[in-house]
Order: sequence, then C-alpha cells, then structure tokens
Amino acid sequence: MSTNPPRTHVTIRNLSKEFGGVTLYKDFNFEIPYGKIVSIFGPNGCGKSTLINMIAGLIPYDSGQVLFDGKDLKDTKIGYVFQNYRDALFPWMSSRDNIAYPLRRTGMSEEKVSTRVEELVKLFEIRFNLDLYPYELSGGQQQTISIMRALAPKPEILFLDEPFSALDFEMTLFIREKLQEANITTGTTMMIVSHDLEDAVFLADEILLLTRRPTSIASLLHFDMPKPRLPEAISHPEFIEIKSKALEIFQAEMRK
Amino acid sequence: MNLKHRERLVMALPFIGPVLLYLLWSLALSAKWVSPTLLPAPNATFEYMGHLFITGAIFKDLWATVLRTFYAFLIACVIGVPLGVILGSSVPAYRSVEFLIDFFRSTPSSALIPLFMLIFGITDLNKIAIAAFAAVLVILFNSAYGVMNAKKTRVMAAKTMGISNFHIFKDVLLMESLPQTFVGLRTGVSLALVIVIVAEMFIGSEAGLGHRIIDAQQVFNIKDMYSSILITGALGYALNLIFMAIESKLVHWSGKA
Repeated sequence: MSTNPPRTHVTIRNLSKEFGGVTLYKDFNFEIPYGKIVSIFGPNGCGKSTLINMIAGLIPYDSGQVLFDGKDLKDTKIGYVFQNYRDALFPWMSSRDNIAYPLRRTGMSEEKVSTRVEELVKLFEIRFNLDLYPYELSGGQQQTISIMRALAPKPEILFLDEPFSALDFEMTLFIREKLQEANITTGTTMMIVSHDLEDAVFLADEILLLTRRPTSIASLLHFDMPKPRLPEAISHPEFIEIKSKALEIFQAEMRK
Repeated sequence: MNLKHRERLVMALPFIGPVLLYLLWSLALSAKWVSPTLLPAPNATFEYMGHLFITGAIFKDLWATVLRTFYAFLIACVIGVPLGVILGSSVPAYRSVEFLIDFFRSTPSSALIPLFMLIFGITDLNKIAIAAFAAVLVILFNSAYGVMNAKKTRVMAAKTMGISNFHIFKDVLLMESLPQTFVGLRTGVSLALVIVIVAEMFIGSEAGLGHRIIDAQQVFNIKDMYSSILITGALGYALNLIFMAIESKLVHWSGKA
C-alpha cells in the first residue's frame, strides 16, 4: 500500500445542468481518485443518477467539463450497470453472448473472447448455465450477468446506478462481495449510486453526500476500513460510526 | 378424479367447440330450423370436401389464392419492414406521415378496389396490388412502433460500451423491433388473404377460392360453396399457425423480456 496521495482519475469541473428551468447542478466540482469506490448518497430527486449519467455521457450537461485522467469520455473505456437489469440485457442473446458482446464488437478474436469470459466466470464463481437466455435466469443472476458484461472490456471506470435495489438480501451480499473483489483485483474505479445507506457505506472508500437541489456537496466522508470487508463488517464500530455520521449529515440536509 | 383423467380432460377441451358446432349444425337441419337448400348436411359437406381434395378439383383455386396472398405479402414485407424501421428510427419523420398511415390503415382496403381497377385493370396484378396495399400499412406501422418503443435502457447500455450508432441500430434497435414486427407480419398476412378473397370475388378471375365461392353461390352449388368457405377458413387458420410457430422460434424472447 502506497502512502502517496491517490492520483485523480475523474475530474469534474464547473458542471452545470438545468432541467426545465430548474437548476440541478451549478458549477459542481468533484474529483474521483484512481481505483477507489465512491458511493453517492443524497435526498430523493437531488440528481444522484443524473450526476453519474452526465459523467458516463448518457445525459448531456449544459456546461463544464469531465475528464478521465485528462482524456475525454470518447477516449475512455467505461462500464455501466443499470438498476433495471431486465431492460439492460439483450434478451435475444444467451447470457454468455451478452457478456461477450462488447468484446466481439471491438473485433477481438473468438479465442480471446472466450478466455476473457472464462476469467469472469471464475471471478464471479458462476455455477449456472450461461447458455440460458437472460429471461430464464433469476433477478440476481441477471444482475450478475450485466455486471460481468460491464466489466468484460476491462473498463477504467465502472458506473453502477442502484445496482442492488431490485435484489433480495442474499444476492445483495453476493454482488457486494464480488464488486469488492473486482475492485481489489483489477483496480477499476467505481461510482455507485445507492438509496440504501448500508450498501453505500459497505463498498465505499469515499461517501459523497449530496444536498437538495440545486445540488452541491454536503460532505465527503473518507472511509478507510480495511478491505476486503466481510459481511460482518456492518456491525463493526468503525462501520457504525461512519454510517451514523452520514445519516446525521443526510438528516440535517433533509431539515433544510 | 385422478391426475391422468384430468390431463385427458384438459387435452379434450379444444375439441368441445367444434363438436358443439357440428351438433348444432345437425340439429338445425333435423329440427328444420334451416332449409336443406340453404345448408347441406355436415357429413355430406365433409364428404364433398374430401372429394374435392381426392380428385384435386380444389387445388387450382387453392393454389391461386395461396400464390396471390404470398406475392402480396412478400411485396408488403419488402416495402413495409424497411420503411417502417427507417420511419421508426426518426420520430419526426414518422409523425410527419402518421396521419396518412393511420388514415389509410383505417380505410377498408376493399373500398379502394374500384380505384385499383382503374389503375391496374382487371388483372391478377390488381388483386395482388390491393392486397399488398392492405398489408403494407399494418406491417409498416408495427415495424415503426417496434423501433420507436425499443427499450431506451438497452440502447443506453450499448452506448456505454462505446458501440457505434450503426451497430446500435443493427444489433439493438432492429432486434428490439422484431417482436412487434412479427405482430405486423401476422396481421398483414391475414389481411392480405381477406383482400385477395374479396378481390377474387369482385374482380373477374379464372381461379381462386373467392372466385369459387361466388361461382358456387351463383349456380346454387351449396355443398361446393360451404366446402370452399371452410377451406378458406382453414387456409387462414393455417397461415396464422405457421406464423405463430416461426414467431416463437425467431423471437423467443417476445413477452418474456
């Protein structure tokens, strides 16, 4: 572990966005360090998803700049995991082909594609049949496939928009563990939007707490509890302390 | 009741309707509700129908109708699917022709038969053209809506993977539109058959099931008329079955995702 200050990966400068005359973001500035997991938490309608969608290029912003290690988005490989896995996977392809799709489109050879898919199968300990179509799988399995698909091209940064909200607790635990593992082994920077404080804190190196509209940063909490964190970590005093701190800031924001 | 019995009963359910119709048909005659000059006995009708197939007397007409329906449907597909997909991928383009599509889609195509007779004369081409016209709009409309209603999340997912616009169109939008396109194709082929039958009745023709039905009626060959009607019905039903089978194979995800 190096003690140097972490290098900045994503730089967000003076980001502004209006929605139908309402200012959502005005001159928003934020920096995401390399290889870290940033959780975004804030009141309803403050634009958590809008923020990552703007960074990921899914929604245009009015002004400002987003740079990935100095590069534009178009020169950056990203991955994105949607809340609604059912609408994000391609039902006309088998689960395996879904994972392989972004690789095949880059012109990668079939041999390399299957090697990469096998790597992911190992990392995610997949025991179900990948030749099944997504609609033949359980919700948790489908979300696992969409995370594998997003990770397949080895993105620099992975965006996750409420990835757990449609999953049961068992699957949430599993996917949390796997995301943590992927982050540790590959060093992929991750940005997670969550409406569940526990999920937000569990994976986070940084917890970005947002205010109500017009949205600014209420607080940025560093959480350096060692990783990998086990499921039991949630009852550790350190975990509880940061969680209550985040809750306090959140509640103060709600009272404003 | 044990399970086997129940299974057998469930399997028998689809036959109840036809058997009831058969009984009603027989009853209507034996109770003298309907004159036998207007309705032949069911057994005699089926016997006559069997005879039509054994002697091959029906094949010329059946084949003529199938061929016309097929050509009309083919033309409608070749025009309707690509045009629908193009219009569907640009909402402004679709909106600008939406009124025309909806207007002519709502106009019974049979109302246009005289107009088509002016243009094409009393030819085979005329029958095919009018049936193709009827089918093309419903095919176009469904293809366009298939593309327009494509799940935005899937398109966005492809975008985040850095897929080019052309490949997003080909790999995602086109595939997304397929289930709806198939609804259009199935409706289109049924419509084409309807219009071919009507056209065969009213635009002079040498052969075809519609021609046969109206000829039989003119000379009061009641058994031939009923047989031809039943055969026409069976043809429509068979077309629907074929399309459903193709559909469940090709767009296996329809209604599931």
